[in-house]
Amino acid sequence: MFGDEVEVTETKLPGIGTRYDFITDAGRRIGVVSHRDGDRDLLVFSKEDPDSCSSVLHLSATQADALAQVLGSGRIIQQLASLGEQISSLSTGKIRIAHGSRYDNLTLGATKARTRTGASIVALMRDQEIVPSPGPHTYLRGGDTLVVVGTAEAIDALKQIVNE
Amino acid sequence: MDMGLLLIELGAVVLGLGVLGRLAGWIGMSPIPLYLLAGLAFGQGGLVPLDASDNFIEIGAEIGVILLLLLLGLEYSASELTTNLRQHAFGGMVDLIANALPGDVIGLVLGWPAPAVVAMAGVTYVTSSGITAKLLTDLGRLGNRETPVVLSILVLEDLSMALYLPILTAMLAGVSLMAGATSVAIALLAISIAFVVALRFGRALGRFVYSDNKEVLLLIVFGLALLVAGFAHELQVSEAVGAFLVGIALSGRVAQSAREVLTPLRDLFAAVFFVFFGLETNPSEIPDMLFPAIVLAAVTALTKLGTGVWASRRSGVAIAGQIRTGTAIVSRGEFNIVIAGLATASGIVATGFGALAATYVLILAITGPLIFRAGEPLGRAALRREERQRPPKPTARHTQSDDDGAVSEIA
Repeated sequence: MFGDEVEVTETKLPGIGTRYDFITDAGRRIGVVSHRDGDRDLLVFSKEDPDSCSSVLHLSATQADALAQVLGSGRIIQQLASLGEQISSLSTGKIRIAHGSRYDNLTLGATKARTRTGASIVALMRDQEIVPSPGPHTYLRGGDTLVVVGTAEAIDALKQIVNE
Repeated sequence: MDMGLLLIELGAVVLGLGVLGRLAGWIGMSPIPLYLLAGLAFGQGGLVPLDASDNFIEIGAEIGVILLLLLLGLEYSASELTTNLRQHAFGGMVDLIANALPGDVIGLVLGWPAPAVVAMAGVTYVTSSGITAKLLTDLGRLGNRETPVVLSILVLEDLSMALYLPILTAMLAGVSLMAGATSVAIALLAISIAFVVALRFGRALGRFVYSDNKEVLLLIVFGLALLVAGFAHELQVSEAVGAFLVGIALSGRVAQSAREVLTPLRDLFAAVFFVFFGLETNPSEIPDMLFPAIVLAAVTALTKLGTGVWASRRSGVAIAGQIRTGTAIVSRGEFNIVIAGLATASGIVATGFGALAATYVLILAITGPLIFRAGEPLGRAALRREERQRPPKPTARHTQSDDDGAVSEIA
């Protein structure tokens, strides 16, 4: 997923788990120790002595998930924004599904969004969480927000369809 | 047997250990030396002899050894062990030679018989993986560059126990060369079987053993370990090795859950074992052994330090990390006592062996963690000295200012 941009080094820690680390553009090494029981240590390596850590944060499995969510969703939106800038004819939009929409509790496939409008649904935001690349069998709920890529017209058309 | 007296003695001992454990926690040291001291105080020639609970403590100590080795085996998966063996075999040999030799030499100097000499080599060789792994976690060093080096040293030492213990057991039993070779061959066969089972049939074995019910899991794993340990004992292979192999054969989810349910049990019986070793050691022999123990501790602290520095330098770790590696592996603890315990239990060991081993482990279990902590500032000092001696060179730090720039960009 990020292999061609960032070189993540993976080191086995026998009896403990695995360490992942890489160097940022600013020359700082950061990493994660993935414990076998699901806990994670977030590592920031020292500037003076790059072999040691200047701070280590211990996260429980759920805290680590929360952090990953925050880091990951930010990236998806950023990527979408930059995609829109790169191709001028392409727009991105967010479409909220109203409570009581006819697609509330139907699958994404039931909207036939791509065939009818040409717009692609690239992510689904639900309760502050992001579901990237939802499939045709993903169920929609009232209150969900679709993240859509397509021409401006296609996005408008989709907005009409889901809120019929 | 007077049941009331037994319960009172046992209760007093276990409660006393609990209080000592809390004390150890307050001052941030390993409780093992305190348990040993408690055993010395209650033993033959000690302050308050224990009589009624002798039998229980003896059996409890045996179970303690089995649980210590079982949990050690559960720490590692077979694939971790084999990869480590392939990658670090040479470093492991250097560690073995540098740290077993001082034990051999002191045994020869004191004129001990061969089994005692080999046992003492084991006592000085093994680093306490329990103390070291705990300190690595507590002091936030798990992510450090040198930590894989430290861990691989610990793994290989633990793995070498699977071979060393049967050899020692055969020698202590005083069997002929032929019978000794047979039991070592059986041990090798058992090790191979355990590895094949773990690598090929680990999943199937896991399904058989695993249960969502903690109680069932506890009984199955503990029962299996006792059973295999018993058979190993009957075959003249050490029972400790049997339990270790059971631990290795189990991995993944089973090992994870088994560790959770068995750790409290291990803590209880291991404490009983340390007390038992103290009980069996005659404190009146300690004064004579104090000087040899201090010399041996100093020498083997230095050999461990050297081993650590050498091993991490080979892995390309800088000077500060080299010093941290060396200082991390000085502690001796639980398995040194297990080895010494096997020797004293066999009854043919030379006078002063138990006292020397106990004093030696006491010294390095107390000073080891202090040396571990000292590694951090010592390493930093060495790094600064090295930087002063070298002309400053341009490094990747020219982009330092980007740190702040990047933040504002995202915001």
